[in-house]
Amino acid sequence: MNRSRIAPTVIVTLAALYFLVPLVATLEFSMRMVRGTYSLKAYQVVFADPRFQATFSFSVIAALCTIVIGALLVVPTAYWIRLKFPRLRGLVEFITLLPLVVPPIVLVFGYLRIYNSSSWLPFTATIAGTNVLLVFGYAVLSLPYMYRAVDTGMGAIDIRTLTEAAESLGASRRTILMRVILPNVRAAILSGAFLTFAIVIGEFVLASLLNRPAFGPYLQLVGANRAYEPAALAMIAFAITWACMGFLQLFGSGVPGRRLGSTILRFGKRGR
Amino acid sequence: MSFLEISGVRKSFGPTTVVHDFDLSAEKGEFISFLGPSGCGKTTMLRMIAGFETPSQGTIRIDGEDVTHVQPNARRIGMVFQAYALFPNLTIADNVAFGLKVAGRPKAEIATRVEEMLALIKLPHLASRYPYQLSGGQQQRVALARAIAVKPRVLLLDEPLSALDAKIRVSLREEIRSLQRELGITTIFVTHDQEEALSMSDRIVVMSEGRIDQIGNPFEIYNKPRTRFVAGFVGTLSVLEAVATGGTGVRIGEEAIVLSGAPAVQPGTSLSLALRPEAVSLHPSPERINRLAGRIVDVAFLGSVVRMRIATAGGTVLVDSFNDPATPPPQRDTAVTLHFTAAGIYPLEGAGDAPVAAAAA
Repeated sequence: MNRSRIAPTVIVTLAALYFLVPLVATLEFSMRMVRGTYSLKAYQVVFADPRFQATFSFSVIAALCTIVIGALLVVPTAYWIRLKFPRLRGLVEFITLLPLVVPPIVLVFGYLRIYNSSSWLPFTATIAGTNVLLVFGYAVLSLPYMYRAVDTGMGAIDIRTLTEAAESLGASRRTILMRVILPNVRAAILSGAFLTFAIVIGEFVLASLLNRPAFGPYLQLVGANRAYEPAALAMIAFAITWACMGFLQLFGSGVPGRRLGSTILRFGKRGR
Repeated sequence: MSFLEISGVRKSFGPTTVVHDFDLSAEKGEFISFLGPSGCGKTTMLRMIAGFETPSQGTIRIDGEDVTHVQPNARRIGMVFQAYALFPNLTIADNVAFGLKVAGRPKAEIATRVEEMLALIKLPHLASRYPYQLSGGQQQRVALARAIAVKPRVLLLDEPLSALDAKIRVSLREEIRSLQRELGITTIFVTHDQEEALSMSDRIVVMSEGRIDQIGNPFEIYNKPRTRFVAGFVGTLSVLEAVATGGTGVRIGEEAIVLSGAPAVQPGTSLSLALRPEAVSLHPSPERINRLAGRIVDVAFLGSVVRMRIATAGGTVLVDSFNDPATPPPQRDTAVTLHFTAAGIYPLEGAGDAPVAAAAA
C-alpha cells in the first residue's frame, strides 16, 4: 500500500469502528432474547405490543401534521423573503436557527406557562388542544431543517424571473405560488419533510412533558423496564431514520423539471 | 392617437434617478428598440411598461387606457426574458398553455392555440419535452410562443438574444422580426447590441444615463447621429480634431477640408469631426473632394472586408474596403491618401462617451 494512504485508512477504520461497534453490539444483543440461539423474538414482542402500534401511529400522524404545517408556514415565507425582502434573509435565517440553540425543555416550559388551562389561550385544557400544541412545538423544532431545505431549493431556481414571467401571463400571486413555485421546490420540501419525520418520530421532551402517548416516551418507558426489547426498538428507530435519509438522497438529487417519477426511474437505473 | 404612449416618465430609486423624462409614442404594430449600454435605464423603462416597476412620475397608456398603476397581471402584455424563464416543471406545451389556463379558456381552445403556436415557432415535435431538454435557442422560441399565445397588446423583449451564441442570435432575430410582422404586434425590444437594433427595428430609441439621446429609424440613427454619444455607440466611427476656418471649411493639420454644412462654431476654434470607416476610400473619384494624407498603422483582413487603421494629422482613422481577390491587402507603414466626400464627414456636438473607445470595440 502507498505510504501516504496509511494514515487516512487508519482514521477511517477507527471512525467506522466507533460508529459500527455499538450498532452491531445492539443488533447482536437484540437477537439474544431466546437463550443459547439467535432469534427475532424481541422484535416479535415489540411488534405485538399494542402500545408500540398506538404510540408509533400517534407519532406518524403527528409527524405528517407537522410537515403540512411546516410547509404551509415556510414555503410562502421563504418565497416572500426572497422576492420582496432579500435584506431580511439573514435575520429570518437566524430566527429559524433558534430552535437549535434554545433547548426543547425551555420551549415546552414556556408553552406550559403561556398556554396552561388557566391562561387566556388554554391549549392544555383539552386533549385535542394539547395535541395541537404538540404539533406546533414540533413545527418549531423542525423549522431549521425545513427552512434551510426550502430556501436552498428556491435559490436553485430563478424565483424572481419565474414570478415575473407568470405575472406577465396574467397569473395572480396565489396561482404563482401554487402552480409555479411549489412544484419547483417540491424536492426541497420533501427533503425537509423527511428530516422533520425523523425528528418527530424520536422526539421525547415535548411529548413527555405534555404527557402525550408518542413513540419517544414509549421508547424511554420500555428502555427503563425491559432488557432485550429496547435494543430491538433502537434498531427499528435506526431503520426508520436511515429510510428517511435514503429518501432524502433520492429526492434531494431531483433536478427541477424532472418529475418525481423520473427521479425514481433514474435512481432505479443507477441502482441496477 | 398612438397605441402605446409613454409621457414624462421618471424613475428614481432613492436619490438616484435612473430614467429621466421619457416620452415615446408607438403606433400599433411598430417594432421599437431601446438601445444603450448597460445601466442606461432601458431595462427599467421596459419593466415600467410591464408593470414590475412603478414610475415615480409620468404616465403609461396602452390603447388609450392608463396602465401606470395597473398590476402586471392585468396589463395584457407579453414578456420574454434574457434567461428564458420557462417553468421547469411544465412541458413545452404546458408552458405555452400557461397564460391561457390562467385566463380560464376552454380546454379545446387551449389545445388548438398551443398547437398553432408550436407550429408557428416550428417546434411541434417538442410539445411533450421539458425545458431542460431543449437548447437555449429552442427555449427562447418557446418563451416567445408562451408570451404571444395570450394575444398580448404589447410584446416586451428584454435582451432575449443575449444568452445565445452568435449564429442562433442572427437566425432568431430574423425569426422574431418576421413573426412580429406577421402578427402585427406592437413590440419593444431592449438590447445593447447596435447590430440587433439596426437590423430589426422600425425605430430605435438610443438611451444614455437615463435619457433619450435620439429617436429615429435605423437609417437616421446611423447616418445622422444627433449626439456624440449616439455617433460613438451606433456603428464604428473615427474622430478627427480640426479647426474651423469659416464657412463650410475646416483645417485638419495643414490640409483644408470641406464640410456639407457650416459648423456651429466661430472660425479659429477647434472642433471634432466624425468619419465612418465605409465613407473613406484610398482611391480618388470626382465626388470625393476631400483629401487627407496618412500612413497605414495596421491592416486587419476580416474576410469580405479589409479594415485599416491609418494615422493622420487629425488622429487615427479607420478605413474599410471590400476584399478584392485580385489585389492583396496593402502593407503596413505605406503612405496613403484618404479620399472622402463633403457629406461623409460631419461635426459632432455635445458630450458623450469617447467615440474613439467605441470605435476600437
